[in-house]
Amino acid sequence: MDSKNSRRQLLKLGAALAGGMTVALRGKAQAQEHNHPATPGPENASPMIHGSKEQIEYGQRSKYVTSVRIAHPVGGRASPDVFGKTFHIATPLQDSVGVITPSSLHYVATTRGSYLPEIDPQQHTLTIHGLVDRPLTLTVDELKRFPSVTRLHFIECAGNRHTGQQKTVQETHGMTSCSEWTGVLLSTLLKECGLKSSAKWFVAEGAEEVKGASSIPIAKGMDDCLIAYGQNGEPLRPQQGFPVRMMVPGFEGIYHTKWLRRVKLVDRFYMNYNEFGHLRPEDKELALGEQIGPKSVITYPSGSQQLPGPGFYEISGLAWSGGGAVKTVEVSTDGGKKWNRAEFKNTPQRMAHVRFAYEWRWDGTETEILSRCTDDIGQRQAMREEIANWWNVPFERNYRVPGLDNSVMPWKISRDGSVTNGLA
Amino acid sequence: MGSREMRKVSSRLNVVTIPLLLGSLIGSPAIAQSPTYGVGRTPTAEELRRMDIAIGPTGEELPPGSGTAKEGAVVYVQKACIGCHGVAGIGGAAPVLRSERGADVPVWQKERILPLRSPYATTVWDFINRGMPLGLEGTLTPNEVYSLTAYLLFLNNVIPEDQVLDKESLPKVAMPIGDEFGKPHEFRLNAPRLKGYPY
Repeated sequence: MDSKNSRRQLLKLGAALAGGMTVALRGKAQAQEHNHPATPGPENASPMIHGSKEQIEYGQRSKYVTSVRIAHPVGGRASPDVFGKTFHIATPLQDSVGVITPSSLHYVATTRGSYLPEIDPQQHTLTIHGLVDRPLTLTVDELKRFPSVTRLHFIECAGNRHTGQQKTVQETHGMTSCSEWTGVLLSTLLKECGLKSSAKWFVAEGAEEVKGASSIPIAKGMDDCLIAYGQNGEPLRPQQGFPVRMMVPGFEGIYHTKWLRRVKLVDRFYMNYNEFGHLRPEDKELALGEQIGPKSVITYPSGSQQLPGPGFYEISGLAWSGGGAVKTVEVSTDGGKKWNRAEFKNTPQRMAHVRFAYEWRWDGTETEILSRCTDDIGQRQAMREEIANWWNVPFERNYRVPGLDNSVMPWKISRDGSVTNGLA
Repeated sequence: MGSREMRKVSSRLNVVTIPLLLGSLIGSPAIAQSPTYGVGRTPTAEELRRMDIAIGPTGEELPPGSGTAKEGAVVYVQKACIGCHGVAGIGGAAPVLRSERGADVPVWQKERILPLRSPYATTVWDFINRGMPLGLEGTLTPNEVYSLTAYLLFLNNVIPEDQVLDKESLPKVAMPIGDEFGKPHEFRLNAPRLKGYPY
């Protein structure tokens, strides 16, 4: 490099530095201006969000968005409890839009109120054994080398029951959430291991302190069970089973074994502790503790919300079924006398939430709004009275729907625009 | 046999066995196939033995060892079960472990107590082994788990105080529920969750 060229370069560098300083100074001045807007609002600049390491590395929501999870049921066992353990936590459905539950707001439940294990994914393994030709142990990195699938699926806890005592939709229905899950189909791994024809069930077991385990039919395992390592575009959260969990699409939440460490192929139903929780006197009622029926709920307007006055509203809610995809959703705005077809906001998928909506002009009179759905295997969501009739038991106010409660949920709209639980 | 004859025999074998093999592959998809991806490793027998803690109704996974209710009563105090579950299973903050209802009350009308209502004694052993004591899960020896299982079954009048529980006798314990509990239906894909149930 000759001296002329190097001088030119130095000059360039100096100019760039000076330019950078100007930008920095201007930035500081702007930040000060933003912090003193004459009138906050769309016409004026709002206060500046000061950049921070956390904001840059892993984005945070606006401080004005304050929606959070709560203990389920309200007033029930706290999470964390005095031992720091996690039990049942409900997602704020009243604030939900679309169908994806943010991973940080996904509902949580554990086998008996468990510790959340802090698992080092480099140390974790998944073992498949029992009635297979070749038992297999995989590290998490090895699992990720198999062909993957990405699917939208809801999960719902069997404790997601709506009663007249609850106020908000978070309290009545907050123990369900929907995520995009990425992982390896269990069938891919079972074929790799050489599944024996004598295998009728499999036991999925977690690595948490209680080693929560469930028995799942092999027909389900070979169809759509999924060993997930990804949720909504990133690794699973520890509360959702990091580094890997079993997805059993459409089955009650407890089958979706978190912190999955082992899958054992067996020839019969294993009465694990989790199954003891499902124990019922009759086969018929036991059957309802597995696959979830068709279910929907209006999330706006819902309990404890307030309509500002008569006029236009888009009634919005979620529908899902453990048996397949939602086929239709209907909304009634007159207490169930007339039912109107709702529109879907996204394409219904198998065992996934679908967002529905119905355009409504409220005339300011007292009424009740409800939703009901059907699925693509011919099941339909029913009123509580209908369910009691099917079981041939007298219907009472506190009737308990057998299995996971998938009955219709009514919201009452009062003349002052307040929304309350229609079961109260 | 000369090498030419050998070749003849083996080629004749192939003509016969290949269609047979193909036929059985189509007829039974579960038949052994070689791995497609070849990722991962084979766990050792010792690794499998250590993690194989789900005890099925036949008890085949149970380890060697034994215990009685008398021994279990001692372990119950030593291991501080008594601190959470109370004296002889009653009066603690943790779930009740002994029914207070009379012998003539049907089991479904008694409290929901694992060592009373469970259809299999193996489930009681399994849960104590995997889930107790709180904070020290997985630390009990097989003898301690057999003993505690015997003690809790004795407290609920399921077995006599001197009965020895081991790998052979535990799965044979006749639980009070007998056969009066719902059995899982055969799961079918794309079918209603209960046959004939419209909801």
